[in-house]
Amino acid sequence: MLGIIAWRIPQIAVTLILLSLAAYLAIGAMPGDPISMAMMSDPRLGPADVERMRALHGLDQPLLARWWAWLTGVLRGEFGYSRLFARPAAEILWPALRGSLLLLGTALALAAILGTAAGVLAALRPAWRGAVDGLALLSQALPAFWLGILLIILFAVTLGWLPAGGAPEEPGMAEAARFLVLPTATLAIAHLAAYARHTAASMAEVLRAPWITAARARGAPERRIAMVHALPNAAVPLLAILALDAGVLVSGALITETVFARPGMGKLLTDAVMGNDHNLALLALLLVATTTLLATLAADLAQRALDPRIGAGR
Amino acid sequence: MTRLRLGLAILGLLALAAIAAPWAAAWLGVDPEMPDLLARQSGPSADHPLGTDELGRDILARLLYGARISLAVGLAAALASTFIGLAAGLLAAWRGGWVDALLMRIADGLLALPALPLLVLLAAMDPAAIGLPRGGALSDVLRIVLILALFGWVGVARLCRAAAISVLARDHVRAARALGVSEARLLRRHVAPALAAPLTVAASLAVAGAILAESTLSFLGLGIQPPASSWGNMLANAQDLVFSAPMAALWPGLAIALAVAGAMLVADGLRARG
Repeated sequence: MLGIIAWRIPQIAVTLILLSLAAYLAIGAMPGDPISMAMMSDPRLGPADVERMRALHGLDQPLLARWWAWLTGVLRGEFGYSRLFARPAAEILWPALRGSLLLLGTALALAAILGTAAGVLAALRPAWRGAVDGLALLSQALPAFWLGILLIILFAVTLGWLPAGGAPEEPGMAEAARFLVLPTATLAIAHLAAYARHTAASMAEVLRAPWITAARARGAPERRIAMVHALPNAAVPLLAILALDAGVLVSGALITETVFARPGMGKLLTDAVMGNDHNLALLALLLVATTTLLATLAADLAQRALDPRIGAGR
Repeated sequence: MTRLRLGLAILGLLALAAIAAPWAAAWLGVDPEMPDLLARQSGPSADHPLGTDELGRDILARLLYGARISLAVGLAAALASTFIGLAAGLLAAWRGGWVDALLMRIADGLLALPALPLLVLLAAMDPAAIGLPRGGALSDVLRIVLILALFGWVGVARLCRAAAISVLARDHVRAARALGVSEARLLRRHVAPALAAPLTVAASLAVAGAILAESTLSFLGLGIQPPASSWGNMLANAQDLVFSAPMAALWPGLAIALAVAGAMLVADGLRARG
């Protein structure tokens, strides 16, 4: 176990450094740089000022040199200032992260619970199999933005029960919850399918295992067989989806946040990338990538701990 | 099997609709890109079976022309993803060692990044910087296909690698190697047939993913640019109009859902068969 960690951590570090390089070059390849944007917004700036500002901010340096300066800064714990918001990048990140964690945490927890339950139902009751399969297909095929618009049309426009989007203006849990319902539902429906399909497939496989037959032969009740003997074993492969979703938790949901006009990581990441805000974009991207890679490692370790057969052959 | 047929039927109908778009538009006497400011957001009528959008353009004609772009992007991106994925997966499985490690770390890295913000970043890049022509629907299509293939190959590569590794480890393949069969023949005779089943599944999943991704980018205004229509960009304005014209949001979304579901049904059916 320790050997795996000792081998994977440096791999993750190298992956992160290369990712930051790729992202830096990609943002650098977009048309315009921060100074040309400043120039467009202020007609008094002349070519000489632009040259001076480029030199002042180091933008006359090659991209690679700028990336290196950024990287050494980050390793010293200096994440730099956000160009768009003129505040330390880390300071901008936290409120957006909080909003996304609340929305996606609720939605993904809901999706995991409902999806797993639907998968178990499909595996245990063949009559339900078609219905669960159909719902899973539907939830994967519906584009998230369309589902969001449909929910807005139904619950905000036609019925008028819930707000169409935005952030709550009055404080209070109940008010915040009202604004959370539609985006949470949109996201939960979109993520539910993966859990339902994988649970159904792995439950069906586990239920054919010899120890299930043995448990039946001993006279264990079907409910106990499903919940105690089968589900924990069937849940091991689900850890991999959970790990990928951990990254989604931090990266926010660009589409859902855009459709419902909620502040969050998805919108922030996109704005930072589009606005040539290297410091903010890279910090956010690295946060997401680190979370996903560490969660994948954690899921790997948990799978090995739960199922000693994994990796035993190596 | 029935799922495979259902999926193929859905995709076939959509493809027919896409092919028939110019004739349908001519028969209706409408131009999908021609605004008619005197007939904006009109309801369904004999002239406009599904009504008109916020600029008075015929929704049915735009839907049919949108099918051309959305399906073309989906198929082309899936084809490119499958090709790159097959090459990468096969190479990783066959060579093993550091080639395998390198390719799989690249795949891990791509999976660890938030796909959508990166797609947005790439879509915003200057097409001329990577040697593509600027402007026009064709350039948009090429750009989106390229970007989607850049991310789409990962899933295909993983499936191919797993299937190829399991074949290469089998006794009859090792026996063939021991008999001195050339590597090219080994790959052609033993590995290729075993890859066909997972590859078709991965390709149809890639079609579904590409159609969904294209519609998302176009919805965000970074994909196919108006006046050309795609199902995604038809929905871009629909949200602002939910209060005045909720029906305008219905058809394009339904078309996307149908196409994606069709491709997924094909993947499901193929998987059940293989």
